[in-house]
Amino acid sequence: MALLSIADALKSAIAEEMRRDPLVFCLGQDVDIPGGMGGAFTVTKGLGEEFGYERVLNTPISEIMLAGVSVGSAMMGMRPVADLQYSDFLFCMMDQLVNQAAKMCYMSGGKVHVPMVMRAPCGASNRGAQHAQSPESLFTHVPGLKVICPSTAYDAKGLMKQAIRDDNPVLVLEHKLLYGGKRKEKDAISTIGEVPDEDYVIEFGKAAVRREGKDITIVANLLMSYKTLEAAELLEQEGISCEVIDPRTLVPFDYETVVNSLKKTGRLMIVHEDNYNCGWGAQLGSWVAENQIFLLDAPIVRVAAYDTPIPFSPVLENYVIPSKERIVEEARKLMKV
Amino acid sequence: MSKLPDKERMLGMYRQMYLIRKYEERIYYLFLEGIMPGTIHQSTGQEACAVGMLYDLRKDDCMASTHRPAGHDLAKGVSLKSMMCEMFGKEEGCCRGKGGAMHTGDMEVGALVANAIVGGNLPIAAGVALAFKMQKKDNVIVCFFGDGATNEGSFHESMNAAAIWKLPVIYVCENNLYSATTSIALTCNMPNPAADRAASYAIPAEIVDGNDVLKVNEAATRAINRARAGEGPTIIELKTYRHGGHSRNDACQYRPKDEEKHWFDRDPVKNFRNYLISKKLVVEQELKTVEKAIELEIDEAVEYAQNAPFPQIESALTDVYWEGK
Repeated sequence: MALLSIADALKSAIAEEMRRDPLVFCLGQDVDIPGGMGGAFTVTKGLGEEFGYERVLNTPISEIMLAGVSVGSAMMGMRPVADLQYSDFLFCMMDQLVNQAAKMCYMSGGKVHVPMVMRAPCGASNRGAQHAQSPESLFTHVPGLKVICPSTAYDAKGLMKQAIRDDNPVLVLEHKLLYGGKRKEKDAISTIGEVPDEDYVIEFGKAAVRREGKDITIVANLLMSYKTLEAAELLEQEGISCEVIDPRTLVPFDYETVVNSLKKTGRLMIVHEDNYNCGWGAQLGSWVAENQIFLLDAPIVRVAAYDTPIPFSPVLENYVIPSKERIVEEARKLMKV
Repeated sequence: MSKLPDKERMLGMYRQMYLIRKYEERIYYLFLEGIMPGTIHQSTGQEACAVGMLYDLRKDDCMASTHRPAGHDLAKGVSLKSMMCEMFGKEEGCCRGKGGAMHTGDMEVGALVANAIVGGNLPIAAGVALAFKMQKKDNVIVCFFGDGATNEGSFHESMNAAAIWKLPVIYVCENNLYSATTSIALTCNMPNPAADRAASYAIPAEIVDGNDVLKVNEAATRAINRARAGEGPTIIELKTYRHGGHSRNDACQYRPKDEEKHWFDRDPVKNFRNYLISKKLVVEQELKTVEKAIELEIDEAVEYAQNAPFPQIESALTDVYWEGK
């Protein structure tokens, strides 16, 4: 066992996969310039020294190229692990992700596949609207992509290894306030946790129950899983028992764990930092309504960022992003239904 | 300078050019008759570009094409039957009926799934070339694009990356003067939209008569040799012309008649045929034999494809994710 932050768990996963498989390589702007940061958030720092700068490839700031080179090299058997620095930049590479990476296997009639990983740091952190978004839901809408969002060090390592070994394009959302890397972030949450020394992977499509409870099922990802756990502590003191589920991967999604929880609770709340309209919570909510409505004793509640760009001022940002207080308030209301 | 044309080689090139010409003609008629579904973007008039560039590639070299892929695919060795089946949306199509006219290809012969996003294939080709380089292979990739693609951001990003990493990629602009219906003169302030920009990336460029298969082939040889030797990318701009419209319902009313005449007089297939006869490299009867055989082959492919089974409906839901071989 080692105690690692998410940043170091991700680094450890990438390094171990690079040692295991010579076809794995990482690439991106600033991915490891000697004397630099190792990506924007230190994840890839030092990898160049061990693996050389052909396998730790610093690229121009060219998002279309970064994604396209990942697609092309993956089609030829390489396993690129690309770092985008900020998930807001995904929009600069939309064609390559959505029209190319995601459709290539299908368009070829299953003759071609694209085993690539795109790492996208997300979440609001007082940087203003273009370095703040949690855009995961947009990509859950794209057939052919897998979308994952690890929120603990253990998950980060196991899911990253699985992402690198997966034969499909995988988008990895990594939350800036959860990294716990050398680069300090205001309001960051310590995610240092135990990570096994031996090789392991976490299968996609398996949610984690972070806290057991009997009154409300709350499904929350990334930073929101922590805010929900804090809210659940407070609610417990009021006699409201929350079961907190972290889906860990959005595509594929583990509906079964949610259903099993609803059998106990009969109440569903979904919390995400991605904004409300058509967020992944809308998909989960409508899936439950379509398939398991008789498990519900009350309407489904979604707590999400408001439908605005993310503002800069800390007071405004804190208002737009779901807070512990908002989660508590919505839970109280839900119990009164 | 140029090697003396070897007869078998000349016949081989002519065979491919004639195959592309007749294939596109047949597709056009099938489409007019309402027998074939979908849309078409034809490469009639651009046969010398495809054949000249691809004739000397190895099977394990790659080729990345565009929404106008038939000539490239046939020249790279995608089977005629699997192309025709794909056009009819049949299970035996090269993409099992999931690709269609703008996405034909077959990785078994190094032909990437053709790309119908203008400029979309440029960074992918760089990625293929990067993989060759990282895997220490001496393979190369030829990546075709039109004059219009040079105005895409992906063009700039891909050329820059190919240059800094000295990638074994040959970027081939088929400049047929029009982006769909818009003259390239309206959208690019340079006479040679690809070649003139090459200096920005310190990539060597050549401007070649794209209707002369031998000249194209000579330029291809130089670029392929450079790429195989690890000397990096080349940009080749081929001056050529579409004989037909951009797509199915385009009557080309935007093209001046004298411009069309100028180019139609320089028909790459007819001119190569005349060249072969006038230089006494072949006798006409040999060409007629080749032509007859190709026409028969196309007849057979059409009949085969029309009678071939459609995919099972359930297959629409497979291959979204890789399911292994």
